[in-house]
Amino acid sequence: MTADAVVALSDVSARYGGVEVLRVPALEVHAGEVLAVIGPNGGGKSTLLRVLAFLERPATGEVRFRGRPVDAARALAERRRIALVFQQPLLADATVAENVALGLRFRGAPPAESEARVAHWLGRFNIAPLRGQRARALSGGEAQRVALARALVLEPELLLLDEPFASLDQPTRETLIPDLAAILRERRVTTVLVTHDRSEAQAFADRVAVLIGGRIRQLDEAARVFHAPASEEVARFVGVETIAAGRVLASEAGVTLVDVAGTRLEVAGRARPGELVRVGIRPEDVTLMPPTERAGLSSARNRLTGTIARVAPTTPGTRVVVDVGFPLVATVTARSVAELGLVEGAPITAVFKASAAHLIGPAVSLDTAARPAL
Amino acid sequence: MDLLVEGVREAARLLLAGDREVWSILLLSLQVSGSATLISLALGIPAGAALALARFPGRGLVVSAVNSGMGLPPVVVGLFVTMLLWRSGPLGGWEVLYTPAAIVIAQAVIASPIVVGITLAAVQGVPREFRLQLLALGASRAQMVWMVLREARLPMLAAVMAGFGGIISEIGASMMVGGNIKGQTRTLTTAMVLETGKGNFEVAIALSLLLLALVFLVNWALTSIQQRHAR
Repeated sequence: MTADAVVALSDVSARYGGVEVLRVPALEVHAGEVLAVIGPNGGGKSTLLRVLAFLERPATGEVRFRGRPVDAARALAERRRIALVFQQPLLADATVAENVALGLRFRGAPPAESEARVAHWLGRFNIAPLRGQRARALSGGEAQRVALARALVLEPELLLLDEPFASLDQPTRETLIPDLAAILRERRVTTVLVTHDRSEAQAFADRVAVLIGGRIRQLDEAARVFHAPASEEVARFVGVETIAAGRVLASEAGVTLVDVAGTRLEVAGRARPGELVRVGIRPEDVTLMPPTERAGLSSARNRLTGTIARVAPTTPGTRVVVDVGFPLVATVTARSVAELGLVEGAPITAVFKASAAHLIGPAVSLDTAARPAL
Repeated sequence: MDLLVEGVREAARLLLAGDREVWSILLLSLQVSGSATLISLALGIPAGAALALARFPGRGLVVSAVNSGMGLPPVVVGLFVTMLLWRSGPLGGWEVLYTPAAIVIAQAVIASPIVVGITLAAVQGVPREFRLQLLALGASRAQMVWMVLREARLPMLAAVMAGFGGIISEIGASMMVGGNIKGQTRTLTTAMVLETGKGNFEVAIALSLLLLALVFLVNWALTSIQQRHAR
């Protein structure tokens, strides 16, 4: 275990009714980082969070907090060093200020100190004018601000957030997410954020763990998880919509030439010539242009021509599937749909950079065998 | 019809004239049923909360027993409490049979399952996630239970209403363990039975109006608290 781990799991598993819902051989949350745990619903995210909060004892394995194992006798003391916010604000039927002071009261904080800290955090979350209001009179967004203030007022060594924005409407999320992100960055609060929404993970996370079927399928820097997913399963979850199989023609200088259904693609990464690989491309990395237009100054290495197979409005933007020998998915703005005249059956050119296309799956390193031992 | 009109007129006169016997009966009923309600709350709230939060084998059976107990027939309670307090019975040494204390015991037995049952339902009505949230905010188990009870305080007012309402108007147990002794264990309900039997309808009507007014007042007071909070 590294020295800066706030909490560490080893060989942890959890079961419900004899069914294993979580198996984590090792997981560390480092001091000051925001770790996002993403995955589909039912993937074990909330169970993982309850284990991290010492609210649920794992069936096997050990939870260490600041290097010391957490057992039943110490669970209360350790719980008082962390804070947890759920999807629902779960406020007590009391005033806003009383709610924010709740955790401090449990810890027996002196009233004067408690009052000052509550006032500070009410201000920090822009809800100072609500302090005397009854909690049940609040809107969803206000209530969740109270719940977050109630957690942060404790100045926790570890902040656990379980889908804190999932019940909020879009405009509310759009104001709350940047506010919270600013607070977490400024205070360097060690945070674990559980979410099924990958845009939230992108907004907050330093590292991302992808939890599918109770197991961590990938744990890496946020940018790598989103752009170089470790498996097709992860790729699909993080929004890589085009996944195409092909054969490697050549590979050098970090760029691999892959033949996908007769089309040659330049892809970031290394592979052995002749090897079968899968290529993943995020839809927002694909640009569509009229087939007549010259590439111009575009540095895009891949320029494919095909016909539009499908145009479907989604959020955000419109999802366009282009048949270029294989289905290639792009997202474009509604305005582009009109300007480019994107209709099914029309010819179109799709371009994307080599760096936007990735080899999915276990990285094939050509030089590990050749490199002499250090 | 005359009987009724005459009866009501006479009852009003009795009440307004401050008939000593009528008012002492009212006072005794209030004391006895009030004490029994307090005892049942003291026993029933912790028991109901424990039953709501604990998980143990046979819990379902206990919950079913409590729910059945909410409809405990007062005469049955009267019978068993009489036997317990009978001079040769297990608690005969207390020598409380045919005293107000005996009625308090019997009524507390009737009201306790009602309080346990309603507390159980009220506490279970607080979401499990709220309890987890309290623990995650650093509550000890005792602090968590206290906060949950506080959260369930409005539905629990129903426990007070139902408990008191059930025993102030109960008759079987009061009659059997109290004995309806004039000036000592005569309550509103036992007095009504007696006066009706004797054909003294005006006294019975006076007592029944008091009983109705009492039940209404208690419920009105508690309901207004509940409604003020619910807003």
